[in-house]
Amino acid sequence: MLSFDLMKSIKREGLVDLVASLCIKANLVLPKYQKEKLEWALENETSPLGKKLISQIIENYKIAEKTGLAICQDCGLAVVFLEAGRDVHLDFDIYEAIKDGVAKGYSEGHLRPSVLHSCVDRTNTKTNTPAIIHTQIVDGDKITLTVTPKGGGSENASRLAMLKPYEGKQGIVDFVVKTVRENGPSACPPVTVGIGFGGTIEECALLAKKALLAENRSEELGDMEKEILELCNNLGFGPAGLGGKISVLDVHILSTGCHIATMPVAVNIQCHAARKATGEI
Amino acid sequence: MKEHRLTTPLSKKSLANLACGDEVLITGTIYTARDAAHKAMLKMMQEGRELPFDPRGAIIYFAGPSPAPPGFPIGSCGPTTSSRMDPFTRTMFELGIAAQLGKGPRGQEVTKTLVDFGGVYLVALGGAGALLAKKVKKAKLLAFPELGPEAVYELEVEDFPAIVAIDSKGNNIFKR
Repeated sequence: MLSFDLMKSIKREGLVDLVASLCIKANLVLPKYQKEKLEWALENETSPLGKKLISQIIENYKIAEKTGLAICQDCGLAVVFLEAGRDVHLDFDIYEAIKDGVAKGYSEGHLRPSVLHSCVDRTNTKTNTPAIIHTQIVDGDKITLTVTPKGGGSENASRLAMLKPYEGKQGIVDFVVKTVRENGPSACPPVTVGIGFGGTIEECALLAKKALLAENRSEELGDMEKEILELCNNLGFGPAGLGGKISVLDVHILSTGCHIATMPVAVNIQCHAARKATGEI
Repeated sequence: MKEHRLTTPLSKKSLANLACGDEVLITGTIYTARDAAHKAMLKMMQEGRELPFDPRGAIIYFAGPSPAPPGFPIGSCGPTTSSRMDPFTRTMFELGIAAQLGKGPRGQEVTKTLVDFGGVYLVALGGAGALLAKKVKKAKLLAFPELGPEAVYELEVEDFPAIVAIDSKGNNIFKR
């Protein structure tokens, strides 16, 4: 058994500050991967207006990086992926500390607080909390945090379906493409499509969200990702939904086992401001 | 496809010249309002009170800006999804507004309203809030401070870029 004094202790203050700085960084600096995707879109877009809009999207993130103005005024719900090393010892409530870090980051970074008390009490909490926190216990003595602000417009464009098993793989492809066709134009395209299938409804939705963090082709489902990407980029709504080839920047799938009676599929749409920042302590 | 310079308040004549797909640069005063502000304004009207601004010839911008960093009049300031404001649209045009500015497709009833009142629906580039904030010269909180970012702001803009998505004849860029 590991003795207590061999475990690494993490200070609350350090964790709060890390979360705050990740919230600010995510909202001001677009990840390298996303910048490369936008360059790809600029090269491959065929409509002159679409090309112009993509170049403005690129100009926008450069302005944000230089001035401290947020990439998008919708600074999102703060979705935080927490990877906690099993050898870390905490003498404080980490969820409360993350919440305090989000409040600090959104206030100090002049980021828009977009969180309401509830669906029915629609008063702003003014702190952009509660945050959404997903935890995974991993090896090691570190805590790794990824803050990925999620805007409301593209979240509204997302869908989940409990398909019938007989619908098969084609049923999944059809549902994803239908979701992108119907909801993509108002979700600030070119969008990224995160797909989760299998599990229960909550597991399936979480897989779709996690798929949005992926930067590589799935080993098992890479062909399906490419097939859906191509179908989506034949839909023609293009940048800002105003017509063009590049409606979707990329498609990522995560899958897990499912019940013999079910075929859950979740589609999480991400706008072109695909923001995230990762740090460890 | 033409480029127009628009100065607020907009006249009926300037609206009639705008065709679906045209690019416009707006200079003058525009007013922000999202879902909650529209709801609050509707309540004001039902109570017989005047709106926080003169709606005649006005452009309503569906936006909830970020707080202003030091040295800026406003924070990031791009459009929000317009279709959420569809149920309020006819009433706003009845009050005399000239145009709405937002992002994304609208419901069919909006096109009918625009044709009936000779109005237009403009779109700005969603997710380009930093770029659009640079076109805002001054910002003033006009009403509903309790709504935070959803309050009504008066924005003084210069060469604010937008595209005519639905014109006063009902031509719709999203239906092409």
